[in-house]
Amino acid sequence: MKKNKVKTTVGSKIFTVLNSLFMISFVLITLYPVLNTVAISFNDGIDAVRGGIYLWPRKFVLKNYQTVLAMENLIIGARITIARTVIGTLSSVAVNALLAYVVSRKRFLFKSQLSLFWVITMYVNGGLIPVFLLYRNLHLTGTFWVYVVPGMVSAWNMLVLRTYMLGLPDSLEESAQLDGAGYMTIFLRIISPLCKPVYATIVLFVAVGQWNSWFDAMLYNRMKTEYTTLQYELMKLLSSVMQQSGSAAAASERGSAAAAITPLSIRSAATVVTMLPIICLYPFLQRYFVTGLTIGGVKE
Amino acid sequence: MAREKTAVRDKKITWKEIKRQKFLLIVAFFVTVYGFIFYYWPLTGWLMAFQDYKPAKGLLHSQFVGLEKFRFLFGDPEFLRVIRNTFCMGVLNLVTTTVMAILFAVLLNEIRSSIAKKTVQTISYLPHFLSWIIVTGILHDALSSTGIINDVLLRLGIIDQSINFFAHPKYFWPIVAFANCWKETGWNAIIYLAAITAIDPSLYEAASIDGANRLQKIRYITLPGIKPTIMILLLMNIGNVLNAGFEVQYLLGNGLVQSVSRTIDIYVLNWGISQNDFSLGTAAGIFKSAVSIALIVICNQVAKRAGEERLF
Repeated sequence: MKKNKVKTTVGSKIFTVLNSLFMISFVLITLYPVLNTVAISFNDGIDAVRGGIYLWPRKFVLKNYQTVLAMENLIIGARITIARTVIGTLSSVAVNALLAYVVSRKRFLFKSQLSLFWVITMYVNGGLIPVFLLYRNLHLTGTFWVYVVPGMVSAWNMLVLRTYMLGLPDSLEESAQLDGAGYMTIFLRIISPLCKPVYATIVLFVAVGQWNSWFDAMLYNRMKTEYTTLQYELMKLLSSVMQQSGSAAAASERGSAAAAITPLSIRSAATVVTMLPIICLYPFLQRYFVTGLTIGGVKE
Repeated sequence: MAREKTAVRDKKITWKEIKRQKFLLIVAFFVTVYGFIFYYWPLTGWLMAFQDYKPAKGLLHSQFVGLEKFRFLFGDPEFLRVIRNTFCMGVLNLVTTTVMAILFAVLLNEIRSSIAKKTVQTISYLPHFLSWIIVTGILHDALSSTGIINDVLLRLGIIDQSINFFAHPKYFWPIVAFANCWKETGWNAIIYLAAITAIDPSLYEAASIDGANRLQKIRYITLPGIKPTIMILLLMNIGNVLNAGFEVQYLLGNGLVQSVSRTIDIYVLNWGISQNDFSLGTAAGIFKSAVSIALIVICNQVAKRAGEERLF
């Protein structure tokens, strides 16, 4: 493709300029709100209510972070969020991988039936209320396990794993069987090591979902403060900011009573704390989600 | 889909084979039990929609009322408004996010410097990994009276007084569409970029020799090249149009805009969980599922007629 010797025309140059402008504004629009939140989180609370803070704090303080890191409900939320992300992700990937392994075995007796059984779940589901009642009857509501158990198998993730496993050569399985290996050994010793990239993809998808979910905490554990999550606590902070928006005076009044802390500044600091782990990790995992999406999206 | 061929082979269920596949069968058994409990059992709850469900009496002893709940739903102006909101926002989001993702993918592909390309792409994924809580939060800041949008509009002299974007129904749908584009453009573009990479480079070379400029190459090579991908993704997403209406609307909606912000899911939540009318909430949920499935089937048929790739 290195055939740039073809003389660049004026039109092509204009295109390049316009395209660069488009990309620059795209990047600005994407990054600005995030960086603005970071700036506000380092700014004095009452001062921030006046507005006019862009990419850099005007009155630099660490007070917001000190306050956030001392808030008990946020600490509990962080602990639960980490726990559900680790436990939920590991169990979900393990179960989905096992299921994908089973349905991708060519000789498995109920291969097509089992696939269909799960594909149907992608299109038909009971809906919010029957599911809510089920979890209540199973005594899952009001426990930590409501974050882990219900979403453990996902048909979509399973299909991505299955597609990948079907792409592995059959001869691997056959030669292992000749050596006397059973299906479990083949899964653990032969298939799983080869599936590391696609496992990484699913780990990423599930972990991000777990880290970011808030609705289950609100719906099933609203009264259980010991099982609150980071995102749900963030949501409560968000609504407290929204109720006060427009009345900057009220906010700063309340703020001065509480030593220069406003809902806006607290929320910004909490937002930064919540998104930091993801922002630090995702650039290194790019190739995994790109492969995963390409497998899952183009043909399911 | 060589189902027939394998089916013939699968028919031989012998004890030897079962014993050999013991591990597979045990896994399949547990996963199926799990699936029945968590995915299929809730479907029995659909009975509630045809009953005057009382939690104390349970599914078996509650009184059957036929279609009365559905009659109530369709007589409720609020429900009709909620259907309109869900549908319109769903379509608006689908169209804007698809157009943005294609535009972004095509234009990113035109960038020559691979470092710049990589950097822009990495940044473009960022919002996808943030929760809707965070996204709606920072969006709320950007649109607030002291936020960047009002700031810029004031400085440019387009408005002379800051606008309270969340107080006027007319801004709500565009805000939701913008939020979706902001969050998902880079992510959705991944598949289109992968499709563009698969286009035969010799086509571009031939076009250059014929004197095509860059816009013409996009118009006659890139876009037709990714057309099948666009079609299949559109089809997949049309079935989800009614599912795409909960988090943003719930988080950004408020009393002033609720005539345009409330969606079917929010309606279900309000009636079912807050007001404890499980029957009505379930009926609304069934309506949504039925429409979604109908949309998927119709899209699949349309795709078959048009000779495009089908979903199933």
